Amino acid sequence: MIARLLAAAAAALVLALPAAAQAPQKVVAEKSHIRFAFKQMNVPVEGRFRKFDATVAFDPRKPEATKAEFEVDLASIDLGNPEGETEARRKPWLNVEAFPRAKFVAASVKATGPGRYEATGPLSIKGTSLTITAPFTLADAGGMRTVEGQFPLKRLQFRIGDGPWSDTETVADEVTVRFKFVIPSTP
Amino acid sequence: MPDRGEYGATAIGLHWLAAALIVANLALGLYMVDLSLSPAKLRYYSWHKWAGVTIFLLSALRLLWRLSHRAPALPDSMPTWQRAAAHASHHLLYLLFFAVPLTGWLFSSAAGFQTVYFGVVPIPDLLDKNKELADVLKLVHRSLTYGLAALVVLHAAAAIKHHVVDNDDVLARMLPFLKPRS
Repeated sequence: MIARLLAAAAAALVLALPAAAQAPQKVVAEKSHIRFAFKQMNVPVEGRFRKFDATVAFDPRKPEATKAEFEVDLASIDLGNPEGETEARRKPWLNVEAFPRAKFVAASVKATGPGRYEATGPLSIKGTSLTITAPFTLADAGGMRTVEGQFPLKRLQFRIGDGPWSDTETVADEVTVRFKFVIPSTP
Repeated sequence: MPDRGEYGATAIGLHWLAAALIVANLALGLYMVDLSLSPAKLRYYSWHKWAGVTIFLLSALRLLWRLSHRAPALPDSMPTWQRAAAHASHHLLYLLFFAVPLTGWLFSSAAGFQTVYFGVVPIPDLLDKNKELADVLKLVHRSLTYGLAALVVLHAAAAIKHHVVDNDDVLARMLPFLKPRS
């Protein structure tokens, strides 16, 4: 009798689990983007990455239980100018041959206000891993959840633009990364 | 010799300042396009754009000056066809003083690079980033620039011909140190 009760309790627990921790979702790539902006000779320049992958398990009621991983295919850089893209893939910049992907893991997420959150975790680019904090907003509409935010990074901390390119008078150190991820929201 | 008037110091100063900037920017443009991408190349492109904006502003100033001050008349000895050619080439030169910087600015905008004058004053983009349009504008900018370069050579050659062959004061009135001391 006790064994049957225990088994029933265990079964109930197992059944309850998926409801507590949201199942990981893939982002809808064509509705999402990862863009970046920086200044070149004080001229604002924008670019984006065409290919990236993200798996997100996020429950707004339990942001601290978030599990999210983002991977960017660095060779998919789009600067709207082939000369710049070829240069960006080379060793002094992203060195995509040795380090094809950049990765961000949201190690902790906390609410900072209504619909506002902050993700903190390691960002790895070109063999360097640094902890960053990215604030983002969240909006649910039509079964889709939209996560949008931005964070600054210093390119030289990741050795992006080594050697003569480390001159920040021509290409600024500060890069703003803007992201938008659209994820199916499970009811 | 009848008095045909002279260019004032302002007209002469503006002419030579524009001439120096145009020749220098032509040379810089020709040099920079074939460089491989480097911080230096980015600097040269910016300098080229700043010089272009300066040439545009200087040309506007010169045009206003020219419209409000009478230029000295051409020598009476010049045949009609030469007068017509002189007028036409000057009109065309002025047209290109504006058209070359303008197409450069439009090309830059279409290529996705705003022009920020001296890295301080952002000049609004008239065009959005558009690769196909950028390719066309690049060709237009380059063709007009070659046209301007050819006209500058013609202009200088004609001035020298006036001085050496015709022995008139056409060159000397823009280069006062050439004037014979009287």
